[in-house]
Amino acid sequence: MFARIAAVLALGVGLMWSAQANAQDTIKIGLIMAYSGPFADTANQMQAGIDLYMQQHGDEVAGKKIEIIKKDTGGPKADEAKRLAQELIVRDGVDILAGFTLTPEALGAAAVADQAKKFMVVMNAATSIITEKSPYIVRTSMTIPQLNTAFGKWAYEKGGVKQAYTLVADYAPGVDASTAFAKGFTDAGGTIVGADKSPMGPPDFSAFVQRIKDASPEAVFVFIPGGAQPPALGKALAERGLTPPNTQIFAQGELTFPEAIKSMGDTAKGIITTFNYTMERDDPINNAFVKAYRDANKGRSPDIYSVGGYDGMHLIYEALKKTGGSTDAAALVKASEGMSWESPRGKMVIDPETRDVIQTVYIRKVEEVDGQLQNVVIDEIPDVKDPLHGAK
Amino acid sequence: MIGNLAIVLFDGLAFGMLLFVLSVGLSVTLGLMNFVNLAHGAFAMLGGYATVVATRELGLPFLWSLPVAFIVAALVSVAFERTLFRRLYRAGELNQVLFTIGLVFVAAASAAYVFGTAQQPIELPEFLRGVTEFAGFRFGSYRIFLIVVALVITGLLVLGLEYTRFGAQVRAAVDNQRAAQGLGIDVDSVFAMTFALGSGLAGLGGALAIEMVGLDPSFGFHYLVYMMIVVSVGGLGSIAGSFVAASLLGVADVAGKYFVPELGAFMIYLVMVVILFMRPQGLIGKR
Repeated sequence: MFARIAAVLALGVGLMWSAQANAQDTIKIGLIMAYSGPFADTANQMQAGIDLYMQQHGDEVAGKKIEIIKKDTGGPKADEAKRLAQELIVRDGVDILAGFTLTPEALGAAAVADQAKKFMVVMNAATSIITEKSPYIVRTSMTIPQLNTAFGKWAYEKGGVKQAYTLVADYAPGVDASTAFAKGFTDAGGTIVGADKSPMGPPDFSAFVQRIKDASPEAVFVFIPGGAQPPALGKALAERGLTPPNTQIFAQGELTFPEAIKSMGDTAKGIITTFNYTMERDDPINNAFVKAYRDANKGRSPDIYSVGGYDGMHLIYEALKKTGGSTDAAALVKASEGMSWESPRGKMVIDPETRDVIQTVYIRKVEEVDGQLQNVVIDEIPDVKDPLHGAK
Repeated sequence: MIGNLAIVLFDGLAFGMLLFVLSVGLSVTLGLMNFVNLAHGAFAMLGGYATVVATRELGLPFLWSLPVAFIVAALVSVAFERTLFRRLYRAGELNQVLFTIGLVFVAAASAAYVFGTAQQPIELPEFLRGVTEFAGFRFGSYRIFLIVVALVITGLLVLGLEYTRFGAQVRAAVDNQRAAQGLGIDVDSVFAMTFALGSGLAGLGGALAIEMVGLDPSFGFHYLVYMMIVVSVGGLGSIAGSFVAASLLGVADVAGKYFVPELGAFMIYLVMVVILFMRPQGLIGKR
């Protein structure tokens, strides 16, 4: 009897001791992303950015080993993300939550991070409200209003158009984008002559582009998720003769991802898009990043998702250095606030008030360079903040 | 206004023809063989990837890659049919559904492993790009091509199943397997051929779909719902039914989005519900 109790106690003490020893020299980061399902490619690009950063900077920070635990949500599932966040914290004992391909994932995990007081780094999900859900959330990607409000203003002031038609994918980010663009555009003096939302099903845009053609606007603003939709929409617009310079096409950068441009061919020429990162931007840090990324990923080029993951890891590493390896969420947030660095995207700053990124918004145009169509930066709007935080 | 209507009808028809090529094979296997093959979309995806490899790695022209897509999908499906599917012909529908949907998951994971999760663009020959102007209207050249291909396939299938010896054997094997066997028809190989034909058509559909809707590892899931809708609205086993249903759904979808964009993607389901409510066996269904 006593022998058994003694054995159990010994085992228990042993386990506690080993858990403690473990906690002392490793820092566990739980990544919650949509590794499978329709957004798997986005998650893979983020992961490649994360991997590249760890490959370049080692897996040891402030004397501790970084351990990554990946969890797959399979898509925009808030409940699944919440469950995975709980599992990561309770069972795997992670110190930091990170990743978050999609807004529902981030919102699902936010409450858990808040209650468990865990540092949470959002590396992609782009709805403004996310960082307001917990004081321990910091974001390293961008927000849709940040890009598109600035873009709307630019379209009127420098894009040379007075009226525009908006066509966005019928889901929350699409609605956000059309609202943001319309706000920037109309505040500057422009008019929105029509607005449509296209369903998320099979990308057959013929009906919508015909509606746009009927309205014959000076410009069209579109927002659609990356994947199958950009080339389909680009081709549909071209089929109706809605191409620059007769009709200006404005969009968030997904429309002119490299694969989409390749598929669209010459019809992509002249499309103007906005993004917070441009692979083609000539800059020593960016060039080195693009080269290393391609070497590590069989020639695949980085995109905003890769940069979100890369900078997210940078933020975690630097914050840990400042706290001396402490994973206390409040200390990590304090270390992140106001942090600024030169990223492949250019200069970026973590806004000490909103914990969101302050960064340059790039305006790019598809042009032919050395026989290759690519996104050429034609203008830069520096130090743009998300316009929605605190604007209630 | 009339002009717009013509364009909307044309675009809807082209979209419908894509749905038709994707689903007609399913109509054949489901209707003629009573086998619920949810993996049909996976064979379509296979055909798509076959075209991508053929054009990009082997340098074949796009038109030549289409038969390649058909053959690859047909051959692979026969291998599966001989080893796996045939064990389930007599099993319950639930078993068939569970097995084949599982296969779609395996196919999606395999595609992601081999080709990565990115979209696979293809480059079309010059004459299929851009638009063809006719009577003042601009028609997408690729859409015209799709409609022509679909009409040819319909013609060949109807002729093949109604007027050839093989077609007669298929129909006999379906109507009364035991009697057909008694008459010396090798039902086993007839079914294998039919299955290959259906899957090959799916592969061809997948190859044709890349230009319109793209190709990634989740293709097998995305279009499954539309395939099922076309088959059920058209009536099981009826090629003409699938053709009419696909055209109708394509036109309803595009016209719905054009005239009532608020309804969005809902129109296709509304049409399905109404038709199945009035004709549960489908438009030209026998059972």
